[in-house]
Amino acid sequence: MDKFRMMAQILQSNQESFMNGICGVMALASAQLYTSFEFNCPCIPEYNYSYGISMLVIPPIWFFLLGFVLNNNVSMLAEEWKRPVGQRRKDPAVMRYMCVSISQRSLIAPAVWISVTLMDGKSFLCAYSMDLDMSEFGKNVSGHGLSQEDLLRTLAKIPCKHIYDGQHILSREAATRYICCISQAFGWLFLLIITIAAFLIRAIRPCFTQAAFLKTKYWSHYVDTERKVFDETCTEHAKGFAKICIKQYFEGISGEIQSFHDNLHGDDSDDEDDKPATEEDKLMGVRRLDTMNKVLWDWHTCKPPLTLRKPGDASTGQNGDCSMNANKSQDGNVSDKTDLNEGQNGFKHGYLNPGLDIGQSELGKEYDNASFSIEQNGFTNKHSNASTSQNGLMNGCVSSPSNTQKKAWAVYYSKV
Amino acid sequence: MDRLKLVLQYFQSNSESISNGICIILSLISVKLYTSFDFNCPCLPQYNKMYALGVMFVPPIILFLLGVLVNRHTGVLMEEWVRPLGKRTKNPAVVKFLLSSMLQRSFLAPMVWILMTLLDGKCFICAFSMNVDPKYFTGIPNSTGLELIKIMAKVPCKEDVIFKNSSFRKAVSRYVRCYSQAIGWSILLFFIFLGAVGRVLKPCFNHATFLQTRYWSNYLDIEQKLFDETCVLHARDFARKCVMQFFESMQEDVTVRMPLSSAFRPSTIHNEYEEEEEERLHGITRQDQVDHLLQTWYECKPELDVTRMAYKPKACITWEDINGKALFSEV
Repeated sequence: MDKFRMMAQILQSNQESFMNGICGVMALASAQLYTSFEFNCPCIPEYNYSYGISMLVIPPIWFFLLGFVLNNNVSMLAEEWKRPVGQRRKDPAVMRYMCVSISQRSLIAPAVWISVTLMDGKSFLCAYSMDLDMSEFGKNVSGHGLSQEDLLRTLAKIPCKHIYDGQHILSREAATRYICCISQAFGWLFLLIITIAAFLIRAIRPCFTQAAFLKTKYWSHYVDTERKVFDETCTEHAKGFAKICIKQYFEGISGEIQSFHDNLHGDDSDDEDDKPATEEDKLMGVRRLDTMNKVLWDWHTCKPPLTLRKPGDASTGQNGDCSMNANKSQDGNVSDKTDLNEGQNGFKHGYLNPGLDIGQSELGKEYDNASFSIEQNGFTNKHSNASTSQNGLMNGCVSSPSNTQKKAWAVYYSKV
Repeated sequence: MDRLKLVLQYFQSNSESISNGICIILSLISVKLYTSFDFNCPCLPQYNKMYALGVMFVPPIILFLLGVLVNRHTGVLMEEWVRPLGKRTKNPAVVKFLLSSMLQRSFLAPMVWILMTLLDGKCFICAFSMNVDPKYFTGIPNSTGLELIKIMAKVPCKEDVIFKNSSFRKAVSRYVRCYSQAIGWSILLFFIFLGAVGRVLKPCFNHATFLQTRYWSNYLDIEQKLFDETCVLHARDFARKCVMQFFESMQEDVTVRMPLSSAFRPSTIHNEYEEEEEERLHGITRQDQVDHLLQTWYECKPELDVTRMAYKPKACITWEDINGKALFSEV
């Protein structure tokens, strides 16, 4: 139990703490970038404003987009948004939740930049030095004898310490201090507003729609987990596929079917349960290029429904396959052969020669026409009769089930 | 049993120590913020007070809200407060306890900021230099033609030219700073005294009730954490099973499940991993089941009674052949 608890903590905290870590790193990067950036006000009336404001506004936009780029969940959100509906409904609340959480994290670095810029005051000073109201300083406004343009040019030089030449008109330090004050006031106001907004969103949220929030949180986490598990499964499958492919290639070349004895399950029933999962098991029945392609294609175009089948129950639920309809075959494998269309006409043949790339023909020989079914369907008698009529192996295996209590097991059929 | 105890201790200490840690980190952030903040008194009569008092009180509000935000107990508190009654009665004492502990922790960082501004003195000087009566100090520069109040307003600004050759500015600054530091130290002393008295006298009132409320507030916190963890594990197993079934549904050949040997001799050596997975799913295998579970968790929390679960009679199975001879038994 402890192991699982730790694993759960790691799983849950990993995704969130990883994203929080990236968030924090970007915030620090933004602060560091600001301090190391050499702010260079042009001190020219035409360009001051654009330079000052662009220094305030453009890097935050850049950080915001960078936050989206670095966030893994963006591709997940896009995937969930664009996928066809298939067998699984789309939940707009989940997508909204993911979008909001991604945006919240991406907004932190821009907010840090804006607040640091405002607190420092240089860009505000650069942008607004020309709008200075001289009467604040109590100086005789009309007594300087400068034209409007010259006055503007002088005021524009305020941010530049070394080239300011209006000291007799207006003290540069006083003007700088005044504008920096206003800038800092705006900075604190900005911080207060975003903190209040965050507080309202997070602390007051449980008052509204808490149950719906639990649901969307679970399902958005589920989507992420499912994607990861799918990637892992594909990797495992590829490994198994490759191993068997290579093995069979070697066998093919050497001309011996060395694995014949290895693959038989029926004879050594004693050891069966003790063997670890073989490579065959890892393939989960997907053994061909086109099948694997279909797996990957359908994963996007037709995601399976969120309904798990119970292990002994093959009749409920769909098999997640939009085009094939394998359920039919299970009930009617012996009784209604007529139901099988052209794809299933070659049922027997299909069994005898399943067309597998990975040679399971020996297995097929052993188990073709294996027709078990769930006991509760009442097919048992029918099937044991039917099975003896077919050329099968049933001898050692099928007759015995009638003596003992059967455990339910299911067989999955599909068209070849 | 020991492991369980360790786990419980870990959870209990962990939640509180995490909150304390966050509290302290926030205070350190507030200190760092103050030292790196470039205090810029405008030195103008109409704006001095506004700026200084703004700098003294707006950041504490921000820090307080941040402290409430990052505290885990806030979520637990709000959920407990607004949840529907369901099968579980609400205990207002627990809510009050959570609120008070959250507020106490959130007040630390703002207090640190306020104390730092007072002990440093810059804010005070900026705000109240105009209220000082200059006749107690010599050397006032009255040759500049400025009004008195404007001169006093310029006291916080060191580099202003009118104070070049006089010690007036320094004297006034020192005077105001004294006041500021005195106020700062007294506030600190007051709060420490309050804390000490509260700690000492608390066991005298309702200690037993306090133990109960502390237990149940801890319980709520742990329950919330465990629920989240269980959801995470469930989601993982759900995903794994879903993906596996998806793969299996794509196969084009016969897959024959052959637990025949198990029918002979129901083996206990099943695939342990799969069984554990099944167990962890707890029978919740469909989307609507999960939705219903999460909805009910909020709307109708289960009652605090696990007697039924702890002593549930277990079904034992015995396999017999046709002669009645027991082949295998779980008894």
